Amino acid sequence: MDLQKINVQKSERKENLDNLIKQLAYPLIAIITSFVVGGLLVAAFGSNPIVAYSAMLRGSLGDITSIGETLVITTYLILTGLSIAFGFRCGLFNIGAEGQFVMGAITAVWIGWGLKGLPPFLHVTLTLVGGALAGGFWGGFVGWLKARLGSHEVINGIMMNYIAVQLSNFWVRTSLNQDGKAFSVEIADSAKLWRFSETFSVFSKTRLSGGLFVAILVALVAYYVLNKTQKGFEIRAVGFNQHAAEYGGINVKNNIILAMFSAGLFAGLAGAIMTSAMQYRVNQLMGFTGFGMDGIAVALVGNNHPIGVIISALLFGILQKGGPMMQIEGIAKEVVFIVQGILILFVAANFVRIMHDKYKINKELKNSLNKREGK
Amino acid sequence: MPTVIEMKGISKSFPGIKANDNISLSVEQGEIHVLLGENGAGKSTLMNILYGLYNPDEGQILVKEKPVVISNPNVAIELGIGMVHQHFMLVQPFTVAENIVLGSEPSKGITLDMNKAIKDVEEISKKYELKVDPNSKIQDISVGMQQRVEILKTLYRGAEILILDEPTAVLTPQEIEELGIIMKSLVSQGKTIILITHKLKEVMAMSDRVTIIRRGKVIDTLNTKNTDIDELAEKMVGRKVNLTVDKKESKAGTPVLEVKGLKALDNRDLEAVKGVSFEVNGGEILGIAGVDGNGQHELIEAITGLRKIQAGEVLINGKEITSKPPRDIISSGVAHIPEDRHKRGLVLDFPLYENSILGNHRAKTFSKHKFSLNYPKIREHARRLIKEFDVRTPNEKVKARALSGGNQQKLIIAREIDRDPYLCIAAQPTRGLDVGAIEFVHKRLIEQRDSGKAVLLISLELDEVMSLSDRIAVMYDGKIVGVIDAKDATEKKLGILMAGGEAQHEE
Repeated sequence: MDLQKINVQKSERKENLDNLIKQLAYPLIAIITSFVVGGLLVAAFGSNPIVAYSAMLRGSLGDITSIGETLVITTYLILTGLSIAFGFRCGLFNIGAEGQFVMGAITAVWIGWGLKGLPPFLHVTLTLVGGALAGGFWGGFVGWLKARLGSHEVINGIMMNYIAVQLSNFWVRTSLNQDGKAFSVEIADSAKLWRFSETFSVFSKTRLSGGLFVAILVALVAYYVLNKTQKGFEIRAVGFNQHAAEYGGINVKNNIILAMFSAGLFAGLAGAIMTSAMQYRVNQLMGFTGFGMDGIAVALVGNNHPIGVIISALLFGILQKGGPMMQIEGIAKEVVFIVQGILILFVAANFVRIMHDKYKINKELKNSLNKREGK
Repeated sequence: MPTVIEMKGISKSFPGIKANDNISLSVEQGEIHVLLGENGAGKSTLMNILYGLYNPDEGQILVKEKPVVISNPNVAIELGIGMVHQHFMLVQPFTVAENIVLGSEPSKGITLDMNKAIKDVEEISKKYELKVDPNSKIQDISVGMQQRVEILKTLYRGAEILILDEPTAVLTPQEIEELGIIMKSLVSQGKTIILITHKLKEVMAMSDRVTIIRRGKVIDTLNTKNTDIDELAEKMVGRKVNLTVDKKESKAGTPVLEVKGLKALDNRDLEAVKGVSFEVNGGEILGIAGVDGNGQHELIEAITGLRKIQAGEVLINGKEITSKPPRDIISSGVAHIPEDRHKRGLVLDFPLYENSILGNHRAKTFSKHKFSLNYPKIREHARRLIKEFDVRTPNEKVKARALSGGNQQKLIIAREIDRDPYLCIAAQPTRGLDVGAIEFVHKRLIEQRDSGKAVLLISLELDEVMSLSDRIAVMYDGKIVGVIDAKDATEKKLGILMAGGEAQHEE
């Protein structure tokens, strides 16, 4: 009896794995296809695609330093991608990740600069948590507006993005200003997140930090919450069908607010990591940082799955870091954007899956026809 | 009578299923020919082939004795074949006339000649005695009216042969009767009608001949005059079916649900439930009869916490649950089989095992630690429900979307009944189900009653209310206009109450 149970569990685990592979297989094929199509385009423009891609790989993964810098971008993209993905799972489009990111960054300056004399571990934790919470409230407010007044999260999210940028700039120019310059004061040393370069000398030229582990950990937690807990069940139920969720005794409004708050937490944390580990200050912003917007693409390619988001954030990190090296080789770095565009097109349109399903249906039809003729 | 449609040896396969297997059908000029079969038997597939929506893998179609290839609906329309789908395809904010002429609009220069359109519509509406108001918007007219518009649409395009796919599924009893009259008048003017249905009573009342399809094969073609309901049911399901509900005398206990002076608004903020009071005792089924749109929908939602209560009280076992959130109402022992299983009852994109705990997902049995769900246990639970309630599915991991309507309904009923509630609210529990599934649902509801539970049944099918209930309350215009003991209830008595209790409605 017990043995049987164990076997059932084993086969279930295997099935879970199979499902995961299946979920990831389609985007993977889409990625490869889009690189091929991108290469054809490069060739059409008269350049050598192999040169282009090898330059891109050299620029992003060529040596320890470039790997480190690629992972710096990946760190942010994991978190902003997660922010968008989490919203999507509750049926919400968190286009406000950009503003939440900015709020996280500037709040981290407030905490990192304002508090003094704290032990480093505590100070860093407070800085990151504070930044995350600032993003959380920024997103949660949009969720609250949606839940209570029914106003659309995309419109309010965009507006909140502008408010965040202007608010950040206001502080950078006033309370947090550094000697009349276009950036803020620097955070205290005790608020600076551990960098690889402090411990490993090979990383001396990169700004790669412990933020990467924080991001991966948060992604794993998000995965667990979404797929294994009661709250996650409720959030996904609301995402798929609000009426059925309501019928099932799930408080739709609270879950919308909670999902937007969580989404904001992730984006805010990304901003806080930028302050605490990379810039140590916030520059006056001329526009958006772009990390929030790139998060949309990351979430799409990652199939809104937290693990998928990690992988897709790495891919986008490589693309973005490798772009400039292509330019040095004389190939327009816009190719990178083209590949990104094609990638999103392929993934978002579920192109590979549709082709695969068509193929399968055709094959089954042919089989059944052949069988009948065989009779 | 000449043969207008002849389908010979039609086969059509979909992945994993042979929907039509060597089907032959011949339809004569001027008859009402029913295609009878359970859900998924292949009736709609066959008609979609005739209408050009699918291409057959094999077989031949003759229209008026000439072989034709119907590659798309335009070809079908040219051949004089029109189809009214189960789900209407109308533009809601457009008027009746606009919808009817849509796609073949009369024009004046480059502008639409709306006056001619309205005149045309009035003309055909008069010719076929299908009364409609060309100027009212689709969103403002009843479902029965919308169906007339769909029929007129096909006639406007010159259809000689009309295919009606489950036309009565959405209609009230009166509207079904009216549809019967409409069809007779169409046939008398030389049209031919193919009617898809799984309702036996309608076959007997409306058709000239009937072809029974089971699992993609033709079982038989009969003259309606020479058959009866029992024979049709047996041929359709493939075994003897018990159409009457067996039940013992009820042993009514103490009140489980008490509703006192309940008032609630509809979606347009008009009062839909106007002070309703009743009670349901343990061990009895209280049926609520009434024509659609008399406040039944709002009443159920108010009791289950899905709609705001304006005034009045709701008590379960003497405990007040008025205006409590659905979560508290569920946990006080109320199970609810909702009338719209796709909107309320299921998260279609969730696998069956997650659907099997919807509303019950906070139960200790399904949790691990405090906040996490114990998925191995949930799957086990789902597997047990699937087995006990005979849900036909490959496994518990497929999405609810993949199941047929009957099996989706079985899953909902399994989930709700397995919760062991004090009160089971069943709203239109057999809507769109076939005979076999209906039999199953009825048996389960009776079982609940016999085990001492209270059952509140709301149904638009008068037969269902009459055969299941111990007491029948009739709802009209947001009020309960009468409660009768089921033993004394007759269709006539209920009919009078359902129409508002006016004496002149007496037949």
